Amino acid sequence: MTKIVVDGTEVDVPADYTLLQACEVAGAEIPRFCFHERLSIAGNCRMCLVELKGAPKPVASCAYAVKDCRPGPNGEPPEVLTRSGTTKKAREGVMEFLLINHPLDCPICDQGGHCDLQDQAMAYGVDSTRYGENKRAVEEKYIGPLVRTAMNRCIHCTRCVRFLAEVAGVPDLGAIGRGEDMEITSYLESAMGSELQGNVADLCPVGALVHKPQSYEVRPWELSKTESIDVMDAVGCAIRVDAKGREVIQIEPRINEAINEEWISDKTRHAVDGLRMQRLDRPYLRENGRLRPASWGEAFAAIAARMKGTDPKRIGAIAGDLAGVEEMFALKSLMTALGVTNLDGRQAGEAIDPAWGRAAYTFGTTIAGIEEADAILLVGTNPRLEASLVNVRIRKRWRMAPLAVGLIGEAVDLTYPHTYLGAGPETLGEIAAGRHSFAEVLRAASRPLVIVGTGALTRPDGAAILSAAAALAKDIGAVTADWNGFGVLQTAAARVGALDLGFVPGEGGLDVAAMTQAGALDVLFNLGADEVEVGPGAFVIYQGTHGDRGATRADVVLPGAAYTEKSATFVNLEGRVQMTNRAGFPPGDAREDWAILRALSDVLGQRLPYDSLVALRRALYTAHPHFAGLDAVAPSNTVATVETLAGLGGAPDRAAFAPAVPDFYLTNAIARASRVLAECSSLARVRGLEAAE
Amino acid sequence: MANRRLAPAAEQPQSFAFSSENAEWAKGQIDKYPEGRQASAVIPLLWKAQEQNGGWLPQKAIEAVADELGMPHIRVLEVATFYTMFALEPVGRFWIQLCGTVPCDSCGARELKDYLHARLGAPGHVSADGNFSWLEVECLGACCNAPMAQINQDYYEDLTPELLGKLMDDLAAGRPVKVGSQIGRTSSEPKGGPDTLTDASLFDGSRVGAWRKRFETADSKQDEAGGKAEAASSEQRAAVDPKPARPDAGRAVGTATTDAPAQRNAAGETPVPAGAKADAADTTESTAQRNKPAAPEAIAKAEAAGAEAGTQSDLPRNEPPPQPVASGANDDAAATSAPQKGN
Amino acid sequence: MLSDQDRIFTNLYGLHSPDLAEAQKRGAWDGTKFLLEMGRDWIIEEMKQSGLRGRGGAGFPTGLKWSFMPKKSDGRPHYLVVNADESEPGTCKDREIMRHDPHLLIEGCMLASFAMAAHACYIYIRGEYVAEKHALQRAVDEAYAARLVGKDNIHGYPFDIYVHHGAGAYICGEETALLESLEGKKGMPRMKPPFPANMGLYGCPTTVNNVESIAVAGTILRRGGAWFAGLGGKNNTGTKLFCVSGHVNKPCNVEEELGITFRELIDRHCGGMRGGWDNLLCSIPGGSSVPLVPAEQIIDAKMDFDTLRNLGSGLGTAAVIVLDRSTDIVAAIARIAYFYKHESCGQCTPCREGTGWMWRVMLRMAEGRAQRREIDMLLDVTKQIEGHTICALGDAAAWPIQGLIRHFRPEIEKRIDRYSANPHSDPVPMAAE
Repeated sequence: MTKIVVDGTEVDVPADYTLLQACEVAGAEIPRFCFHERLSIAGNCRMCLVELKGAPKPVASCAYAVKDCRPGPNGEPPEVLTRSGTTKKAREGVMEFLLINHPLDCPICDQGGHCDLQDQAMAYGVDSTRYGENKRAVEEKYIGPLVRTAMNRCIHCTRCVRFLAEVAGVPDLGAIGRGEDMEITSYLESAMGSELQGNVADLCPVGALVHKPQSYEVRPWELSKTESIDVMDAVGCAIRVDAKGREVIQIEPRINEAINEEWISDKTRHAVDGLRMQRLDRPYLRENGRLRPASWGEAFAAIAARMKGTDPKRIGAIAGDLAGVEEMFALKSLMTALGVTNLDGRQAGEAIDPAWGRAAYTFGTTIAGIEEADAILLVGTNPRLEASLVNVRIRKRWRMAPLAVGLIGEAVDLTYPHTYLGAGPETLGEIAAGRHSFAEVLRAASRPLVIVGTGALTRPDGAAILSAAAALAKDIGAVTADWNGFGVLQTAAARVGALDLGFVPGEGGLDVAAMTQAGALDVLFNLGADEVEVGPGAFVIYQGTHGDRGATRADVVLPGAAYTEKSATFVNLEGRVQMTNRAGFPPGDAREDWAILRALSDVLGQRLPYDSLVALRRALYTAHPHFAGLDAVAPSNTVATVETLAGLGGAPDRAAFAPAVPDFYLTNAIARASRVLAECSSLARVRGLEAAE
Repeated sequence: MANRRLAPAAEQPQSFAFSSENAEWAKGQIDKYPEGRQASAVIPLLWKAQEQNGGWLPQKAIEAVADELGMPHIRVLEVATFYTMFALEPVGRFWIQLCGTVPCDSCGARELKDYLHARLGAPGHVSADGNFSWLEVECLGACCNAPMAQINQDYYEDLTPELLGKLMDDLAAGRPVKVGSQIGRTSSEPKGGPDTLTDASLFDGSRVGAWRKRFETADSKQDEAGGKAEAASSEQRAAVDPKPARPDAGRAVGTATTDAPAQRNAAGETPVPAGAKADAADTTESTAQRNKPAAPEAIAKAEAAGAEAGTQSDLPRNEPPPQPVASGANDDAAATSAPQKGN
Repeated sequence: MLSDQDRIFTNLYGLHSPDLAEAQKRGAWDGTKFLLEMGRDWIIEEMKQSGLRGRGGAGFPTGLKWSFMPKKSDGRPHYLVVNADESEPGTCKDREIMRHDPHLLIEGCMLASFAMAAHACYIYIRGEYVAEKHALQRAVDEAYAARLVGKDNIHGYPFDIYVHHGAGAYICGEETALLESLEGKKGMPRMKPPFPANMGLYGCPTTVNNVESIAVAGTILRRGGAWFAGLGGKNNTGTKLFCVSGHVNKPCNVEEELGITFRELIDRHCGGMRGGWDNLLCSIPGGSSVPLVPAEQIIDAKMDFDTLRNLGSGLGTAAVIVLDRSTDIVAAIARIAYFYKHESCGQCTPCREGTGWMWRVMLRMAEGRAQRREIDMLLDVTKQIEGHTICALGDAAAWPIQGLIRHFRPEIEKRIDRYSANPHSDPVPMAAE
């Protein structure tokens, strides 16, 4: 710790702190544009200049370390002045320079109201200009469908360039030219290729990069902001849902150091318009082969009529990827009361049995824990698409100090250097047998990490592969008392919750594949599963939000609420229990899902014993106490689970691992309804084709 | 400087690949830099690509260089647009870059600029016959020969509009031209020849080795105190008298041009003192003297080995730095701290 | 006048061959091995004693700079990088060294590298110097062929030397921008600290020295720091290449003692002032970055670091630009302002935005199309740039204008008044430059 005096206040800070950090510790606010905690230090905006006693000129506090300050002549601690005349003059000067070529178009700028330049000009600038020359005009650039540019406004802080190069690992932006003609652009104005590109608009301190889909729609002060959780993948990013009136306008990241730091993927951000399109806003009934609008009463009556007298063995229920824990709990309770054992929440058909232990289906290492790993083996997964923010964390780990990453599966660009080991289980076998050079790398590592993707588990030999991977993890010492280096990377937000609930076939029950066979069931209750093909024969009750595949096959459609329209519990891939919050209401007659099931249970004569969400949760927490531990990862016995898994055995076949997420932008009904994501998807396809050439 | 953009698509060649000779050359360039630092070669490679493409840099060349060096395209585009010597649009067969910065500006560059304007029109355009294009550029670093212009890779100095006009005519007609000063100067000497550097002894080799005198005198004192005293006195001289009588060391005395122990032996120096022999890595070549700090070859070799092993050699490094001449004590230090050296 | 015997660059004008054999006759590579054997500390001490101040403009003591390199390697290699990106307007001295006396430079590289435990040296030469690059490369090849340098050379110190060239960017003369450029990036200066001696080329300890500072090392070591320190004055020792350009009768490069007076320099070597001494308007004594000095102050001033600094200017690279009374001094400084606007790398705000602003105002002032109060505003803008940028280019852009306003304010005012007194129509301002 080093002593430093900031505006007369002495503080004791670590020597590697920057002056800016030290000033913040001392409570002095330092204006900044280019500096961002999670990006490299550029020091180019010069807004954070402060006077350092003894230094010949003001220093950039974002880049100057406390340890580089010289003590005074008699050994006094160095002294920083953030309110002195020199500092003030420096700030005013920099602010004037930033503004001379900045357009006065704040009234039509989307950044207005949350613009750093505006705010800091108010706080640190002067009120008039001395600049009488023409302002610089800069051509707009096309950099993709998600970010609109207004390059006249650019202040060249290079945050966007640094984000893409450092965090996203897809260095698509750069600053061409030099001097006052320097311009931020992508290579020949091609679309950015990152799945995280929306973050550059968040990072932009001015209105040069703004979110294209939301442009010219709202002012920030018109929005009601709700803190929530994302469900586009199983990562469970912290988000803020901004709504104007009833309508969700935009989704922005919230800071959660344990999960997404402060980034979100483009799918998380831009699925918003999918919340408005193709919505089921009233119940439907199939009559003469066509769905017709119906009332809730008609729909329930039709269900009750069909269910009456049906053998529970001929009834089944499937939960989809976006289902919250509450509705799955309600559905499971209802089905159990009806004597139904045909339950499955593993829509994709993962070969996972919750009885093996929680470590068999979660990523117990935790996302933040990746930073501790010193060698990583990816089995049948492409984390960049399946869990973008997990990939960001692996990249972050790689940037801290390069580590060996091996990939078995589809050969893809992970944004960090890695060793491509092979396509299928055979390679895994070779490593396990020690016949592969990467086995040495894993063995030499003190904290090796084996990550199994669901692409490796959704196949007939899935259990054998999981077992082989677990055996390898055990063998290389990835799972010990103080290091948990074995994890499964789930791709669906609902999955871990479903498995925690035991939403799997009971005694003699059928799984998803069996239930969806033609003629396997008489009645199938489909809770938002839009990615399965249900064979002919069964009477399908679909409860969900969008007119997607599930609704098309349904005989009765019950309109539910999307994740922004209800408070629901989701368990992310780490096993972390989190809760969404309601930012708006479901459209039309649509209702919250647990309430629909509660109402239906009444009609079916098996009334569920809770009349409110609070009561439901009370029942839920009684049955499964760990759901009450919000934002926490309940500990599980990984060593035992890995032991169990390793003991399963089985012979994997030779087929290559298939990607679990073939199209990143279109993984669920909400995303498929989004026009913005459809455009992203087609661009990504073109990029894929170009790359293949 | 307006915004530098790539040439329009219509002017871009469809493809670019280094000729086999240039590709070979490029490999040689990349080899200059440490493993994994091949991006360092980006400027030389772009430069070669520009040369191969008739003096300007097409889009495909930028991509080819990026791919060769494993750099993202945008990074190479940044470089190509940052450095002004990369012409992003086609140039004339003779690409005239006229220096317009102050030394040239004050010596007639403006007249040259007017001349080029009149003859070729606005800068940045290729003349109708394809022979010329021109641009005013910033200081080219030949200020003593102002005004000047660079045509393709050559400097033409001491220009006037008439001389430039004649030069352009000659170039266009394919007549030989003289590179450099156009008024007969060799380089940057005063017009009419220098009156300095006329002493013939500077060039006939007669001064070679003369400087060793000062080491002989230092050596003959044999003790560090004497060395210190001399160092102090010379420091004092320098401090007190800004223009002292120049020390005699370095004055011309006739000795042979090479530095070999045999010669030094003949000149009365100790060729290789016995004590230093063990220290020296290569005793046959050593010219070590008694009071020298340590055998540099030994240090060098040990260091080379240390650098390979990523460790530091444990040879004495004379830390803190000793006085230059007072280094006799270090032999003792070397003896005690490095007994394996055989002392 | 400096005697020929004390001149270091004996082939400054290229009247003799730059080849190795001739260079050796002139004293290059003479006893290099002997000097190396004197040891690292002796070399650095001798350099310190010589009082040599960096010849690239900033005038930082070279020996001291060398001593900043880590004494012990932590496993990272050390590098010597020679700054041959000679782009300061008015400066053309390193060019002569590289094409006429390249072996002095190469030998200096070897000695300096040895003193700093560097086994590799990169010489970064500006892209425009194509002939010089070839000449230098030829000399390097000669040195390799003669086993003077290389992994296995007759000096017993493994040492590789490479010639690297730039592609037209003044800013690459700034040492950290040069390192960035050498790493294959845009030449944008780095923040300091960390200094290159800790984190330089490829993140390794690096020292960047000007060509002239390195090229004099061999001679200094041979003849002794005391000899060099005996030339010139206290704190301003040794000889220096002066590049005299502009309105003198015979512009030339010349090696002279530091502290020679301006008058002696011009009269003795440059054929005198064009039109006589009364015709001298002012001089920019150290390359375009330093403020001009009006005639009456410069004419008998000693040309050294401290005297010129006390005159509110600087020796810089000793590129003496002489301007006579025919010069439109406001337009000349406007041209310098354009230079800095053109060469600003664009990284940091004050320089990126300020250089363009200053140039545009200067352009108007050269015509007189301005307000008197804008002079003070311009001065204030220069102060807002000065000291607020990452590198010294901002300062370099500000100083010439400050010098102009300090010494020629009446001239600007006169011009403004003349313009406003003339009833003519205002030209339509250009929308784009």
